[in-house]
Amino acid sequence: MDATTKKELMKIACKIRMGIIEGTFHAKSGHPGGSLSIAEDLSYLYWREMNVDPKNPKMQNRDRLVLSKGHTAPALYAALALKGFFPESELKNLRHIGSMLQGHPDMKHIPGVDMSTGSLGQGISAACGMALSAKISGDSYRTYSILGDGEIEEGQVWEAAMFASHYKLDNLVAIVDNNNLQIDGTVEEVMSPYPIPEKFAAFGWHVITIDAHNFDEIEKAFEEAKTVKDKPTVIVQKSIKGKGISFMENQVGWHGSAPNAEQYEAALKELRDTLNDLD
Amino acid sequence: MSEIKKIATRDSYGNALVELSKEIDDLVVLDADLAAATKTGIFKKQVPDRFFDCGIAEANMMGVAAGLAATGKTVFASSFAMFAAGRAFEIIRNSIGYPHLNVKIGATHAGISVGEDGATHQCNEDIALMRTIPGMTIINPADDVEAHAAVRAAALHDGPVYLRFGRLAVPVFNDEKSYRFELGKGITLRDGKDVTIIATGLMVNEARMAAEELSKEGIDARVINIHTIKPIDREIIVKAAKETGKILTVEEHNIIGGLGSAVAEVVCEECPCLVKRLGVEDRFGMSGPALDLLKLFGLGSENIVKRVKGML
Repeated sequence: MDATTKKELMKIACKIRMGIIEGTFHAKSGHPGGSLSIAEDLSYLYWREMNVDPKNPKMQNRDRLVLSKGHTAPALYAALALKGFFPESELKNLRHIGSMLQGHPDMKHIPGVDMSTGSLGQGISAACGMALSAKISGDSYRTYSILGDGEIEEGQVWEAAMFASHYKLDNLVAIVDNNNLQIDGTVEEVMSPYPIPEKFAAFGWHVITIDAHNFDEIEKAFEEAKTVKDKPTVIVQKSIKGKGISFMENQVGWHGSAPNAEQYEAALKELRDTLNDLD
Repeated sequence: MSEIKKIATRDSYGNALVELSKEIDDLVVLDADLAAATKTGIFKKQVPDRFFDCGIAEANMMGVAAGLAATGKTVFASSFAMFAAGRAFEIIRNSIGYPHLNVKIGATHAGISVGEDGATHQCNEDIALMRTIPGMTIINPADDVEAHAAVRAAALHDGPVYLRFGRLAVPVFNDEKSYRFELGKGITLRDGKDVTIIATGLMVNEARMAAEELSKEGIDARVINIHTIKPIDREIIVKAAKETGKILTVEEHNIIGGLGSAVAEVVCEECPCLVKRLGVEDRFGMSGPALDLLKLFGLGSENIVKRVKGML
């Protein structure tokens, strides 16, 4: 990846992080930690990888994204707003009464949201259905789904993993965001899903492991996924929960709590500094 | 008189899917390793490229159905009522109901007439579960003719539908030529002024027979077939309450949460009158031949006659 592109994507990731902070602060709730860890994924997917049109969000042959870890909606909403699916000012209404931006993704009302998710383990099944649908009709679109590492403790994920492999869904890419933290502690403490790559490999998937915050590796992974035939691909990414805001990084407490006014200012200042450094 | 034809509504389901595949381009049928029993196997044989077995994984099947529907397919997802409505409840609720996707759940082997498999497979709770999901349409057809019409109506309806079918071969009493199905509309099978029997599914024919018996004793019972349990036909129920003053509901389902509850809700709100519920009395089923079980659980015309007399 050339330096200009990389810098552009880094800036977008930083702006997505600002949107996450904006949304969760005004909502006085939400899940900033796991949202911050997928900012690079969303930058790459929406600005480099996926064929989508903000002016025509229901475009028939668009690529689909199912945010299976639906509680990280603040990240998805920030990305969609930045991309132009709806005004960025909408982010401040996150989780408010009457707001389009529900606590978890709502495909009925939010332009650009391809599937309603939030109850863990369910989005990946819907993604399988979308990928199968493309196979049935000979459509060229691809389906992406982002899962949490805690989420894969749900049995339904492994039902879906079997299904995707059985029906050779090579138009499906799952991303497992391995930030190592879930509500009750580290994933090892709560219910270890490790080793994640080996588990997916055993279920017949093509497995790629990357650093979630490295655009070179992200690009390489998505390019490699396109060359895989007759198998679904999973990208298992090592990530940092709370990434980009020093006092939130690797702190389990930031899984599901919003910044107060002071923390909000401090977080935005850090992100502004990051953005300035990139300019 | 010639012997009346008997067909299980699950067979009607499989046959109707094949017929629909000729008319609906985007039809897809899913099953969870029960195609031979749910009768989607009939579809699988005729339209193999539109049939996908999901294996013994009902939760994923419902999610896959949601994804297929989200991309424009008309999906029928099939399993036994126990595993569809029961095991996969939350997936139906969140992945299908909440986004109001075009998924039709074909749930067979409902009620105790499953027979020998016993309590673990006899689902008497599915109507109650599905009724609580906003926007879910529930159809419980009574015979082969009605089941065909129900599958067609479900396919043409925009939104999620729960279809309830039985394992047991049951008499085909509706006339194929004159029968008309209207979603959400009950059917008055017999007019009457003394009492109304409101039945659904396999119990409709038992209610008809009970009314015949009652008429021999000078009791004039109205019989209403409620095939669409949600949205329920309030008008036909209120009219019956006003005109006959007494209602007996009959269903092969727990008396809690099913047809009886739905009718009682309407009557209580709009025209209070005596409502008695005949059904599975908040207990689990058991193994045995279907017909013997129906008798044992009081789900036959003789018991309907008895219960009606007790109300007069």
